[in-house]
Amino acid sequence: MSFTATMQRELLLAWRRPAEIINPLFFFVMVVALFPLGVSPRPELLATLAPGVVWVAALLAVLLSVDGLFRADHDSGALEQLLTAPQSLYVPVLAKLAAHWMLTGLPLVVMAPLLGYMLHLPEQAIGVLFIAVLLGTPTLVAIGAIGAALTVSLRSGGILLSLLVLPLYVPVLVFGAGVVSYAAKGLPVSGVLALLGAMMLASFTLAPAAVAAGLRISSGN
Amino acid sequence: MMVWKTLTRWYHQLGSPRYFYRFSEVLLPWLWPIALLTTAVGLVWGLAFAPEDYQQGNSYRIIFIHVPAAGGALLGYVAMGVAGLVNLVWRMKMAEVMIKAIAPFGAVLAAIALITGAIWGKPTWGTYWVWDARLTSMLIMLFLYLGVMALINAIPDPRQAGRAAGLLSVVGVINVVIVKYSVEWWQSLHQGSTIKLTGGSTMPPEMLTPLLISMLGIYLLFAVSVLWRARAELLWRERKSAWVKELV
Repeated sequence: MSFTATMQRELLLAWRRPAEIINPLFFFVMVVALFPLGVSPRPELLATLAPGVVWVAALLAVLLSVDGLFRADHDSGALEQLLTAPQSLYVPVLAKLAAHWMLTGLPLVVMAPLLGYMLHLPEQAIGVLFIAVLLGTPTLVAIGAIGAALTVSLRSGGILLSLLVLPLYVPVLVFGAGVVSYAAKGLPVSGVLALLGAMMLASFTLAPAAVAAGLRISSGN
Repeated sequence: MMVWKTLTRWYHQLGSPRYFYRFSEVLLPWLWPIALLTTAVGLVWGLAFAPEDYQQGNSYRIIFIHVPAAGGALLGYVAMGVAGLVNLVWRMKMAEVMIKAIAPFGAVLAAIALITGAIWGKPTWGTYWVWDARLTSMLIMLFLYLGVMALINAIPDPRQAGRAAGLLSVVGVINVVIVKYSVEWWQSLHQGSTIKLTGGSTMPPEMLTPLLISMLGIYLLFAVSVLWRARAELLWRERKSAWVKELV
């Protein structure tokens, strides 16, 4: 019940402010586009850089979007209402994370193969890039949400959030970019993809509890 | 049963700021000379008297600082995680104080481990820095320490700051394990562990003994520094309570 209700609310709110869905996507594309300009447009060089570049850009796009995850609710007092409600915070938080991933993560997933192609990634690696980003971005959203919950009541939340969360993103980056490079070299990838999937499941089941605890700490009760 | 009862009583007593303050007052005058002495013995033995390495010559001697610092940073992070968990479950004031006390010293130890590693890397690997698994995971651990410190600094209310830092350290401890395995899978140039709890060590006892002594010494120094800082923090936090007013 509370899952679908929260989900509906989130999607409706986002639908009324579509810029917030589109901006992370623009950011993602622009950061990736800076690399050929800044490094070199040579295809073979770009192909080796591509997995890392796409992943770092996706990671930053998620990080920036996750900063506002609880801010509007905190400012309007909706979060306070949610905290005082006589039920566990776990389910509404889970719904919020899922909705946030659908709104900001999914566009990145759709865009990633195109960017991979533009960076001259070998064809067999593009499908793997798609699956890796699909499995990895939920983990990024879930971990980022813990930081967002802890910093929601602070004025200078944004930069602090990145200090807290970026070190925690390392495993996703290592496995996510690693698996794409493996695919580009024609090595087997299913094991690493399974690891990414496992991290997604673990973070999506555990993080809502940590986020709920973080929100309670931030609201001071 | 008796042991358990004593342990829980001890745990609850140490959770009280006043008791902790008195307890550390008795403990510290003994602990700090022992810590200094142990560190001095370990380091002098290691740096001056231990035999030369057949491959690395004298350059290996930095191990007597490098390994204790790295171990201390790791230990401190785990301790912070445990304190964070205790604080999440029981909301114990002392746990918050301990997290705040551990973070800066842990960060310093992580930095020392990185710097000595770089100095050691130059003669043996030919470069100060490589993106090797262990170096990278120690660097990330330093970032995690700095994150905890930044979070504590950013939140004005000390209790809220302590609880937030606690939650972050718990998440961080889980993550450190994954980080370690992910970067190890990624690539490694660093030698394997020299000291193993199970199975034989690959180090001769003339080198191992001073290393273990300096490890113990640096851990004790770490503990002494943390206790000292925790005491100062306690006095500040409890400045309005009767027992502090009586003391000061």
